[in-house]
Amino acid sequence: MRILVVEDDIEAQRYLVQGLKESGHVVDEAGDGEVGLSLALSRPYDIAIVDRMLPKMDGLGVVAEMREHGNSTPVLFLSALSEVDDRVKGLKAGGDDYLTKPYAFVELLARIDALMRRRTPAGVKTQLQVGDLELDLLTRAATRSGQEIELQPREFRLLEYLMRHANQVVTRTMLLESVWEYHFDPQTNVIDVHISRLRAKIDKGFEGQLLHTVRGAGYMIRAAAA
Amino acid sequence: MKSAGLRLVRTQAFRIVLLYALLFALSVTALLGFTYWNTRRTLDAQADQIIQAEITGLNEQYQRLGWQGLYESVVNRSTNAGQALYLLADGSHRRIAGNLDVWPSSVAADSGNYIEFDYERRVNNLPETRRARGEVFRLEGGGFFLLVAEDVHDRDLTQHMFTTTLPWTVGLILLLGLAGGALMSQNMLSRLDSINRTTGEIIAGDLTRRVPVTQARDEFDLLAENLNRMLDRIERLMKGLREVTDSVAHDLRTPLNRLRQRLEQSQARLLSSGQDAGEMDRAIAETDRLIATFNALLLIAETDAGTGRQAMTVLELDGVARDVAELYEPLADEKGIHLRLESRPGALIEGNRSLVAQALANLVDNAIKYTPTGGQATITVAQQNEGVELVVADTGPGIPAADRPRVVERFVRLEASRSSPGTGLGLSLVAAVAHFHGTQLKLEDNRPGLKAALTFSRASKTAPIRSAMAAE
Repeated sequence: MRILVVEDDIEAQRYLVQGLKESGHVVDEAGDGEVGLSLALSRPYDIAIVDRMLPKMDGLGVVAEMREHGNSTPVLFLSALSEVDDRVKGLKAGGDDYLTKPYAFVELLARIDALMRRRTPAGVKTQLQVGDLELDLLTRAATRSGQEIELQPREFRLLEYLMRHANQVVTRTMLLESVWEYHFDPQTNVIDVHISRLRAKIDKGFEGQLLHTVRGAGYMIRAAAA
Repeated sequence: MKSAGLRLVRTQAFRIVLLYALLFALSVTALLGFTYWNTRRTLDAQADQIIQAEITGLNEQYQRLGWQGLYESVVNRSTNAGQALYLLADGSHRRIAGNLDVWPSSVAADSGNYIEFDYERRVNNLPETRRARGEVFRLEGGGFFLLVAEDVHDRDLTQHMFTTTLPWTVGLILLLGLAGGALMSQNMLSRLDSINRTTGEIIAGDLTRRVPVTQARDEFDLLAENLNRMLDRIERLMKGLREVTDSVAHDLRTPLNRLRQRLEQSQARLLSSGQDAGEMDRAIAETDRLIATFNALLLIAETDAGTGRQAMTVLELDGVARDVAELYEPLADEKGIHLRLESRPGALIEGNRSLVAQALANLVDNAIKYTPTGGQATITVAQQNEGVELVVADTGPGIPAADRPRVVERFVRLEASRSSPGTGLGLSLVAAVAHFHGTQLKLEDNRPGLKAALTFSRASKTAPIRSAMAAE
């Protein structure tokens, strides 16, 4: 995947570029808003990671300009600014996701994956499948090995999100933002308790674990290695 | 329309003008009353003087010329009497001479001085009852009475004029006062309204608004100018504060970001070379705790300052309460605490969804943290007169009354809770969110347990807009 990183903090930029390259991406970098914008407009990228505060042209301006020129590359904002309405401002300006510094690199990677998945929709799906676990989005029915599983509405949405991002790491914050549609710090790891409830329903008593905990990152649903 | 009229009547200007009109009416009544009383007294004294003089004169005649002289004097004076009335009568009040036809029934022989009575008189050949004031005089040495009186019809006319004019005058004064009051308060209201409108917009978050100043250069303009100067200052301070929070955020987050990245790098290196990264894991966890505390502090500072009011929307409190209850239910369940929700849809408030959710989450998290197994935690959303009340009550140990004001301060943790995890910022953040929404966090005794309540002001009846967070 081709990724553009626009970040003025040299050390952060180096770390980001190195991490992304190690994860198998092709990365271009820019140290200010103007260079970032000209790169974004002249080359095709799968995703752009843009810092909010940049020399010469600020992050919001860069993205607004990109959108103005009809460029629809997904943008993930990085911000060291305070939160209450900067997040809303960033998303309104045309950003697709927003991450506050300091962030965990796994969180960034997970969000990049989610943005890419969003960009290439595999048609309108009515059926999701991971291994022998099936989710029918029309009848709202979940089955594993043909056996029906009773799910609460929120558990269904949680499972749906995990299955839509099958084989990808999904972080707790991403779940809170996407499944509950809230952005706040829940103090205690409430998401973990929801996951363990879900796990008890879809994994307990079945052959092969599907819902995995990824240490220090979040969760992933994937089919047991055949 | 009715409420607009009511509003006019309630203004200070209207009340003052009305009060003045009332006072004025009262003094006019007093003044007219005094004038009337004085006039009447003078007129009566005049009449009495004339009567006294007549009686003295007639008595002299009687003394000098005897009965015949008196009789002739009375007949003589009666023919061109003017306002004077005479009646000479015998012992049984039968008329002998004078311009009065009969002895007035209301006058007794010994009535004495200054009696008033009605009598019949022909004016333009029509009988008319008129009022007179006079004196009965008993002639010495004979059973005869002499009644000498003055017609006081004119005096009564004056009196009548006074009594009929007074209510009209007072009524007119009150009416003019009312109209003047309405006019004045209308004028004041329109000036105050423009000030109120502007301050309202500023409270709603638009700090660039200013109170309009007119050409009149009156005290309202002076007030407006002072308000504007104050607003300039507030705007400068707010901007400064905003810049400070932004640069503190930026200048602390950037090195924190680098720190976390380095730790991650070291961790990755250790893991890839097959070494134990446990120490690094703990360092990262510690850094994350530091970051969480820093984020909470920054959020409190921002929320306390009330910046970012643009993020306010109309939101249904019931929905937020339901979401948070649902989010924490498994956690409560795991701890053996019964988490209940008492809420019905329809409670619309003006608020920031993310902040309200954060505040409620903090309260519920505390309730679950401090309530022992088997206890109960309840989230209640209730419509009250003052607004929509959000209450989180638990059956835990509660907070002693003396400590309640202290626990909302930053980093304050009571002895009893020092061992449990937390930053000591949870309640401070709730208090800041309350402040942001123009309300206060109230901590009360739940007997047993803690009852934390926030009362949000009701939103005007518009369609609920889901906040930007939900629209992502």
